[in-house]
Amino acid sequence: MARIEVSQQKVTPDIAERLVSACPFGAMVVNEKGLSIEAGCRMCRLCLKADKDGVLTLVEDKPAATVDTSAWRGIAVLAECVGDAIHPVTLELLGKAQEMAVPTQTPVYVVVMGWKISAAVSNLRYYGADRIYVYESKSLEYFEPLRFTECVADLVRKIKPSVIMAGATSMGRSLAPRIAARFGTGITADCTGLGLRENGDLVQTRPAFGGNIMAQIVTPRTRPQLCTVRYRVFDAAQERKEPTAEVEHMQVPAGLEDLGACVADALAKPKELDISDAEVIVAVGRGVKDEAGLQLVRQLADKLGAQLACTRPMVENGWFDPRRQIGLSGRTVKPKLIITVGVSGAVQFAAGMNQSEFIISINKDPHASIFSISHVGLVGDLYEVLPLFMKRVEREGLVR
Amino acid sequence: MNIIVCIKQVPSTTKVEVDPVTGVLKRDGIKSKMNPYDLFALEQAFLLRERYGGTVAALSMGPNQARDVLYEALYMGADSAVLASDRRFAGADVLATGYTLSQCVRKMGEYDLIICGKQTTDGDTAQVGPEMAELLGIPHACNVLSVDGFSEGTLTVKANMDHSVYTVKMKAPCLITMEKDVNTPRLPSYLRRKKRGDAEISVWGMEDLPDQDESHYGLTGSPTQVERIFPPEVTEDRECFSGSGEELAARLYSLLREKKRI
Repeated sequence: MARIEVSQQKVTPDIAERLVSACPFGAMVVNEKGLSIEAGCRMCRLCLKADKDGVLTLVEDKPAATVDTSAWRGIAVLAECVGDAIHPVTLELLGKAQEMAVPTQTPVYVVVMGWKISAAVSNLRYYGADRIYVYESKSLEYFEPLRFTECVADLVRKIKPSVIMAGATSMGRSLAPRIAARFGTGITADCTGLGLRENGDLVQTRPAFGGNIMAQIVTPRTRPQLCTVRYRVFDAAQERKEPTAEVEHMQVPAGLEDLGACVADALAKPKELDISDAEVIVAVGRGVKDEAGLQLVRQLADKLGAQLACTRPMVENGWFDPRRQIGLSGRTVKPKLIITVGVSGAVQFAAGMNQSEFIISINKDPHASIFSISHVGLVGDLYEVLPLFMKRVEREGLVR
Repeated sequence: MNIIVCIKQVPSTTKVEVDPVTGVLKRDGIKSKMNPYDLFALEQAFLLRERYGGTVAALSMGPNQARDVLYEALYMGADSAVLASDRRFAGADVLATGYTLSQCVRKMGEYDLIICGKQTTDGDTAQVGPEMAELLGIPHACNVLSVDGFSEGTLTVKANMDHSVYTVKMKAPCLITMEKDVNTPRLPSYLRRKKRGDAEISVWGMEDLPDQDESHYGLTGSPTQVERIFPPEVTEDRECFSGSGEELAARLYSLLREKKRI
């Protein structure tokens, strides 16, 4: 057990004050026992950095579980089928997997589970994987976490992949953590950056602590290493002229129907408005304060043929449909052009759109964090800029 | 029907900044609240209790301050509350968190259903629920829109998937995570607060749990390690313009023209 210990005899009020303020989680407190660390501690170790007087010591015991990581090799992508088609996130995962695999010549696998999926499987052979493992059975027609976990667990025991990647879809977010728990290993959700070290460690980057911070995360002691990635974060694998992947049909584990859960019925949802497919987006934030402001933004979107999107507060105040929300709790978008209007740029929002090809931002506040991720920032009042812009468009005409 | 609802205390604000020079988090008195998604889980539990009888227990893990959200759950109508709080639980990742909570569930005794929120606003990972289900060896369904029935030990729910709505049947005990905005969470009641003002919250440390092996909890029990934290990348070759409204409008116009959007 790693823990931080306090040498009380060295603590002075000054030191205590500094260390208390160094803790971002309020876990360092002064109480009747002196300077103490409470259960709020997340072992971020920032207090150790702030400790210039040797008051704190990090005590590390030997970690408990360690596997022979060298016995695990390869990257397995969990494919997702929509009917007999492949979800595009699968191809994006494959693209990233191949990119990571090149320097270490790591094999890339795809796991496909479902029913009547032969079209999807033969299509997948053209996307650069080395091998496709297929679990096909009527009992896998719909995604059911226990059944799919059984299949992936079967494969993990047989081929020992070092890395398992899943899309951060309804399916991936439900399946991947179950697999991680079954093997007592680590999982990192919604990675925005991935890399593979020579020793096989997957270097995962994601926004963390719900703040404007990125965390670099590794799973050094256990295998497989699981991660999920959202749709439209990475570039899709290129289709090859010739199929590269061999297909292996696996024996589906027995007794899947007896695990205590089944999908009795699946009702297709009507095709929904989906901002993640839009080529141009106008995103609205709290800087837009009233109906008049909304009207201005609507006009702008109309002129550009853009989809309207928004930040979380705009959904919370009821002005927008939740399906238009960009960010960690909304959609991830990657349009060719996005114009943000009155958006401050919280990291959760930024994580949902910073892969966009070109970002223009309009905000009154020159210190708004949105400007640090924008290609072009316009520091000004939207209520002033937008009407003048529209006037100009009217005057000079629209050449779309 | 005995129900356990997992709730979490999260920061009320999402604005946490990191000093780019020292890499230290800047903090100015972060306030806390109940993870808003958990309110829908609690409400669903109360509705089921009204329909099928039984009890609702609230479960949370966190520092001592996390009692606040458990009190809120009690004043909303929960029958009992448990807080897992121990310095040895500190630094837990998804697996260690799921493990600690599943140990608490084992100690809490007979239950039919565990309800979690869809995700939290601070972690946004939506993973602890499914991991708990696996560690307890029970079925789960995510993003549940409605609980349609409970008979002969089988729970029927509607689950929101990306392209369809599933009707899922699961044997109890099982775990569901609730979709947001599927009900209207009740407010904490003043009367209940007056009546239960000194309501007991059971606080459990590692010694209270069935598994006493320290290496399964907290940082040591966490397979993932945060190697470093850093401010998000800043877009290179970016430009920022300030000026009169007229100038900015002209700038926007020429830019969109250049991009062939107008």
